[in-house]
Amino acid sequence: MIRVALAVPCYVDQFRPQAARATLALLERLGCDVSLGFDAPCCGQPMFNAGVVEAARDVAAGWLAASGAFDAIVMPSGSCTHHLRHHVPALLAGAASAHAARVTYELCEFIAGPLGRPTLAGHFPHRVAMHLGCHARRGLRLGGATELHQPESGPMHAMLGALDGLTLVPLDRADECCGFGGTFAVGEPDVSVSMGRDKLGDVTGHGAEVLVSSDPSCLLHLDGIARHGRSALRVMHIAELLEEATR
Amino acid sequence: MTGHPAAAARFLDDAARAAWHDQSLWFMRQKRDRGSALPEWESLRFAGSALKAHAMSRLADLLEEFERRATANGVVVHWARDAREHNAIVLGILRTAHVTRVSKSKSMLTEECGLNPFLEAQGIEVVDTDLGERIVQLAGEAPSHIVIPAIHWKREEIGALFHRTMGTPAGETSPDALAAAARVHLRDALLHAGAGITGANALVAETGGVVVCTNEGNADLGMHSAPIHIACVGIEKIIATRDDLGVLLRLLARSGTGQPVTAYTTHVTAPRPGAAMHVVLVDNGRTARLADAAMRTALHCIRCGACLNTCPVYRRSGGYSYGTVIQGPIGAILAPAIDLDAHQALPYASTLCGSCVDVCPVRIDIPAQLLAWRARGAAAGRLPRGYGIVFEVLRRVLGTPATFARATRWARRVQRLVPAAWLSGRWNPWTRPGRALPVLADESFREWARRERNQP
Ligand code: SF4
Repeated sequence: MIRVALAVPCYVDQFRPQAARATLALLERLGCDVSLGFDAPCCGQPMFNAGVVEAARDVAAGWLAASGAFDAIVMPSGSCTHHLRHHVPALLAGAASAHAARVTYELCEFIAGPLGRPTLAGHFPHRVAMHLGCHARRGLRLGGATELHQPESGPMHAMLGALDGLTLVPLDRADECCGFGGTFAVGEPDVSVSMGRDKLGDVTGHGAEVLVSSDPSCLLHLDGIARHGRSALRVMHIAELLEEATR
Repeated sequence: MTGHPAAAARFLDDAARAAWHDQSLWFMRQKRDRGSALPEWESLRFAGSALKAHAMSRLADLLEEFERRATANGVVVHWARDAREHNAIVLGILRTAHVTRVSKSKSMLTEECGLNPFLEAQGIEVVDTDLGERIVQLAGEAPSHIVIPAIHWKREEIGALFHRTMGTPAGETSPDALAAAARVHLRDALLHAGAGITGANALVAETGGVVVCTNEGNADLGMHSAPIHIACVGIEKIIATRDDLGVLLRLLARSGTGQPVTAYTTHVTAPRPGAAMHVVLVDNGRTARLADAAMRTALHCIRCGACLNTCPVYRRSGGYSYGTVIQGPIGAILAPAIDLDAHQALPYASTLCGSCVDVCPVRIDIPAQLLAWRARGAAAGRLPRGYGIVFEVLRRVLGTPATFARATRWARRVQRLVPAAWLSGRWNPWTRPGRALPVLADESFREWARRERNQP
């Protein structure tokens, strides 16, 4: 049995705990022995991206202290994984950050990689649009980048494509940013919401019933815009969708 | 709000226009995608990045080599430490030759140095001969995009401007008719100019040559019809060899507009008989940038405009929202070096989506430099208003599991007791533009785990 720790980012814990519960259920269904003993609230990404480096270092240090005990840490968030892997080692150089960077995985990346399950058997009879957060897509390279002339790809894309009954809806600008961007969402609120609206327009314009992402932070923002517009779109985290499809 | 966020909000007030702007630039991005779909594209980008890094590492040697060869070819080479010296040198050349009218092709460097207003104040008439530049010049504006200066102008508006300034028939909006009128109008300026000023896309050290790319041929007309050609060039445009140039030219045109090569690519190495040629080499902060290890690759920029076209923020906020000569992502990492106080908000005008680094033909890691500028600004006490306090609170809240649990319990109490409408007031930037507040769950994951899984 593979032993893994589930690391739940601060905002998922509070705003979307169902994504964390789905991640746990899914990992257990796939035969993992999941520890819930990872106890640090945040990796410090919000501070780091805002330039508040000292605070980012403080908070990341708490995270690293919690991560030493585990051989694999799974996060239901591409952007936090990206921060851990690409920024924290420079912020807090040393064995602890190198270890954390090595053992931390985004959920789909973990299932397809270390778990060796690139696709899962399941059933989800809906029209689904996929949104990969930019840090997952271009930072972790978990999807194609049209800038590099790559077709859509990556673990989440493959898993969605393999589910029975699921229709993946093509988007006009599949890899355009949704406009969340951390503090950008409140620092540049008008551009942020304009980008989010355009993303949702692309999604619903192609007749999607469900919008799914591996990044709960993008979803927080997109869901807010969808609710404001009383949209019927169902906004889901990839863990929730996979858990429901493989039940 | 002030600065970029406020200007962007004003730009977005006209939703239809903002959507049109976004779509026009996205179209350029798609042309770039098609034009750059070559098997060797990524190798070209690596080569472009490497040859620029090489040139910057030997900047002084290559510039001196350029000066030697250009001088031997009969070109007069000038050195300008800053914008003021640059403008004075150009004025000196014009005064000595008694020139009162000049034509000027596209040059972001002369925009940077404020050459037009400077010369005009000295009684010298300057006519910009690039069509887009002429449009904004006639309108009394600055370019809003480094490659497509009048991208924010609609055809009908250009028709009205030309009607007012060139006497085209009222209501004329056909691009062909307007371009024909502009051609007649510009030809007059080109033929009567006492000097032709151009920028340069590259300086080749091994030949002493200046390379100018345009799609309209206006730079060629300007430099070849006037008795004096003045090329105003930033020193970072130097490259070592002609072979290097081949790589850059392919990258430039395909990234900018998706064309295999610009319509006119001119190599000038010497003045024609009877004419004079000057090259003004301008530093204006470039050597300081070179000395800044974390930021120096910004000097590799070939001003193709691809990062502007791909930037979801630029597309939805317009060139003027940046308040800088160079706009968009590259502008946001160049401007803080000039004045951190004035431009501290620009590094925040990005979601860090990373599209710019993936389109950049010379692979400048713009997001990394945006982050580095944010950190420098913050360290210098230049955080955007409100950030400092928010992050101090967050640092404490997120510091330990116990503080986090306590703070979030309080937040939920507030959410239960305070009406949602109060929390979504005009003061709240999250909700104001039309975005519902996220809802704190009744039970957090950690609380659930404690209850269901006996976690401590
Ligand atoms: S930074 Fe790169 S993409 Fe942007 S204008 Fe310069 S060369 Fe082009």
